[in-house]
This record gives sequence, structure tokens and C-alpha cells, in this order.
Amino acid sequence: MIEIRNIRKTFDGRTVLNNISAVFETGKTNLIIGQSGSGKTVLLKCIIGLLRPDSGDIMYDDAGILHLRKHELDKLRKEMGMLFQGSALFDSMTVLENVMFPLDMISRDSYRDRKKRAMFCLERVNLLNSEHLYPSEISGGMMKRAGIARAIALNPKYLFCDEPNSGLDPKTSLLIDELIHDITKDYRMTTVINTHDMNSVINIGETIAFIKEGVLEWQGNKFEVITSNNQALNDFVFASDLFRKIKDMENQKEG
Amino acid sequence: MKSSLHILGEYTLLMGKTFTAPTRWGMFFRQLMREIYKLGADSLGIVVIISIFIGTVIAIQISLNISSPLIPKFTIGYTTREIILLEFSSSIMCLILAGKVGSNIASEIGTMRVTEQIDAMEIMGVNSANFLILPKIVGLMLFIPVLVVFSMFTGIIGGIGASYADINGMTPSSFIYGLQFYFNSYYIAYSVIKALVYAFIIASVASYFGYNVKGGALDVGKASTNAVVMSSILILMADVILTHILLT
Ligand SMILES: Nc1ncnc2c1ncn2[C@@H]1O[C@H](COP(=O)(O)OP(=O)(O)OP(=O)(O)O)[C@@H](O)[C@H]1O
Ligand SMILES: [Mg+2]
Repeated sequence: MIEIRNIRKTFDGRTVLNNISAVFETGKTNLIIGQSGSGKTVLLKCIIGLLRPDSGDIMYDDAGILHLRKHELDKLRKEMGMLFQGSALFDSMTVLENVMFPLDMISRDSYRDRKKRAMFCLERVNLLNSEHLYPSEISGGMMKRAGIARAIALNPKYLFCDEPNSGLDPKTSLLIDELIHDITKDYRMTTVINTHDMNSVINIGETIAFIKEGVLEWQGNKFEVITSNNQALNDFVFASDLFRKIKDMENQKEG
Repeated sequence: MKSSLHILGEYTLLMGKTFTAPTRWGMFFRQLMREIYKLGADSLGIVVIISIFIGTVIAIQISLNISSPLIPKFTIGYTTREIILLEFSSSIMCLILAGKVGSNIASEIGTMRVTEQIDAMEIMGVNSANFLILPKIVGLMLFIPVLVVFSMFTGIIGGIGASYADINGMTPSSFIYGLQFYFNSYYIAYSVIKALVYAFIIASVASYFGYNVKGGALDVGKASTNAVVMSSILILMADVILTHILLT
């Protein structure tokens, strides 16, 4: 479980995150949603410790990440996996080398075991025949999947995904959502996902935190999203006509 | 603009982070081999070409300028050797390499910074500075002196080539006699020591500018220009200081 309390972050006097508190539960896919520029990436970077919030606290199962010593932080980081918004694959390495990198640097297993683990992760994300290609030689969706494989290589307790399906077609998006969901369940990870994709919200939104202009506007789950009366949330989630019609139908059924 | 004190502080901190024992020596040596191979493959050709041509031109220029019958012809070979050994093959060559290798390093690391590859390493608990920068510094310090010695040989060969052109009475035999005249092998050591210092400057300064890029592709370009300018200035300053320490 990860708990954030009263996170505030400013850049040069401009407040980007204002007093955000939330709980991300173990074994669930926890979503952070919000418009482009609302502060999702900044929040995620604060949570993983790449940015330091101006004030507030971030607890990983009772360990406050802001107060850890260097070697304690390094230890905690070995339990984190992260998929970056732009995949952040190492472009001088092949897909297989990318997935093996955390294993090579951290794990003490033999080469054979490390390679076996990497191949297992690649199989998990359905990338088995591309392991010898370089990031510049694969598609955006494949890069995301390779990024996920690298993130789960060390079998992390905490998995973070920054817009895992932005820029992908609906079908591939769905596959990636399901993949993250399945991995979360299979290994009981605490998974935090940034997204502005409504399909993801409806599919895998086990807990949802809606951020608007740096403020936590609404919290709930995918069922509550449909019935919520929060105007800002409705404007955001049901921006598309199709979704609005579905919502009306759902509400009629209930009413 | 950052103040120079600020830059110095950041640079020192980065070097502190870089100079720690690698957690995985196997990975370190793999990276080191890559760096040396890349440097050799990228720079050997240009070093050889530039050195041959400059060696040739130095010999021709000197023979054109020494026309007095009172000055013996072997002076041409002697002077050419001194210029190449003392200054050209180390300092001038490293200025050229600062442009070529330095900008390369800065843009490589800078690109990794803006595409979050460095963040990705940090998140895994990997010391990114140690993993990325240390092999570059060690690789350059091992291989740039080799390039410098190579440049000495090929520069001298260029000079010998020029002596066949029979300009102002310069002959190959007088040139070669001049090459051996009053030969002081300490000058080679002096150049190699300079090359070691320059290699450290090029690798560490370029890495610093790349590692601290903020922004996007445009800033990577700026960083690599800054890296070249800064390391060139530092090389020239080091040249003055080292010459004072080692030769006077
Ligand atoms: N390093 C930074 N320095 C200054 N401002 C920043 C920095 N990083 C982010 N911001 C600002 O913080 C705000 C939130 O950015 P953030 O990247 O978190 O948005 P986001 O919700 O992830 O958007 P998207 O969905 O487009 O990825 C933006 O207004 C951005 O300009
Ligand atoms: Mg973002």
C-alpha cells in the first residue's frame, strides 16, 4: 500500500500540486486521471522520489520515502518498477538487453537465470520474437510493452505506469490495460497508473483519483464514476458523446 | 545563467557520484570496451589524416622560412619533430578530439537525460553517473594517449614525406638526421601526461554538460556546444599550467 498525504509541489512559484492525499491499495490497479497538464506526471514522479514535493509525506507500507537514507532508498527502489510516458528504453541496447539491464545490475543470479527471467517477462508481454531488435526498430506499442517487461523484470512490489496506452490504438490499449491488470493480480503488486483514457477508467479503475489543475477533485472506483454527480468529473470523463450516452443509459436502468 | 561557482559545485558533486566502485564489474568492463571501440573506430582515421597533413605542412613551412645558408638543413627535421612532439600531437590533437568526442558524449548523455533514460536507471536503484560516465572517463584516458602517440608517428611520417619534395634544399637524409638530433624522450612522456589530463577534461566536462541538460532536443544541442567550448578553454589552460610544471 502507498499512502500520500498533503502533497504540495511548486515550480518557480507556480503551484502544480496542491494538498493531494490518496491511498493506493495493494493488489489493485489504482488510477490517477486528469486532463493533460493537470499534474499527473509530476505527482507520479513525486511518489517514486524523482521529484521532491515542497511539503507532504509519502508512505510505502509505513516507510516514508522522503525520510529514507540513501542505502534504504536504493533498497526500496529495487522493489519499484516504472513505465515512463515515453517508454525511456535505453536506445543503445536491444529489447532483450533492456529487459536484462535491471537484472544485470541488481540481481545476483547466474547469466542463464537472468536471461530466462528476461525471456519470461518478454513472453508475458508478447514480445518474444523481437528481443534482438533495437528500440528504434520497434513500434510505439511494442516499446510500451518492452518498457513493461523491463519494469517487472525484478518482480517489483510497486508498479508505476505513466500513460501506458497513450498514442495506441483502442485494441492495443485494451491489451496493455489487461496485461497490467493481470500482472497486478498475479503478483499482488501495488500498481499506480496515470491515464486520460476513458476505456482504461471503465476497464481497470479499481480505485480512481481525479486531479483537476493540481487539486484532488474526486475519488472513487469505476462504478462510482458512472453515477457520480461531480460536474468536473462528468465533464472530463464523459467528454465524448458516446460515453455520455452510455452514462445516460446506465442511469436510466438504475432509475 | 548559472554562476561559475554553481557549475563547479555541480561538477564536483557529479564526479563524486561517478567515482565509486562499480557494483557490477562485468557491466563496467563491457561498457569500457564499447567506449574504447567507439573512440577508436570514430577517431583513428581523422587523427591519422590530420597528423599526416599537418606534419607535411609544418615541414614545408619551416623549410620555406629557413633560407639562410648559415642555418643547417637538419634544423628543419629537428624543429618539425619538436613542434609535433611537444604541442601538435597532444594539445592541438586533443582540441580537435574535444570537438569530435566531447560533443558526441554530451549529446549522447543529454539525449538519455531528456528521454528519461537516466531517470529510469535511477528508479532501478542504479547509480547512473557511475554506470554512464566512469567508463567514458577511463576509456578516454586509456585510449587518447594511444591516439596521441599515433599522431606523433604519422605526423613525423608526413614530415619525412615532405622532405622528398626538395624544397629549399631540404633532403630526406638531413631531415631524418634532424629528427634524431638532440632527441629527448621525456618530451614523449610530457605529451602523454598532457593527453591524460586532456582526456579527463574532455570526458568529464562533456558528461557534466550532458548529464545536467534540462528541457528537450534543443537544449541537448546547446549542451554539446557548451561542452566543446568549455573543454577547449580548460585544455588550453591546462596546457599552460602543465607546461610550466613539467618543462620549466
Ligand atoms: N520540470 C518542470 N518545471 C516546471 N514546470 C513543470 C515541470 N514539470 C511539469 N511542469 C508543469 O506542471 C504541470 C503538470 O505537468 P504534468 O507533466 O504533470 O502533466 P500531466 O498531467 O502528466 O499531463 P499529460 O497528460 O499531458 O502527460 C504542467 O503545467 C507543466 O508545465
Ligand atoms: Mg504526463
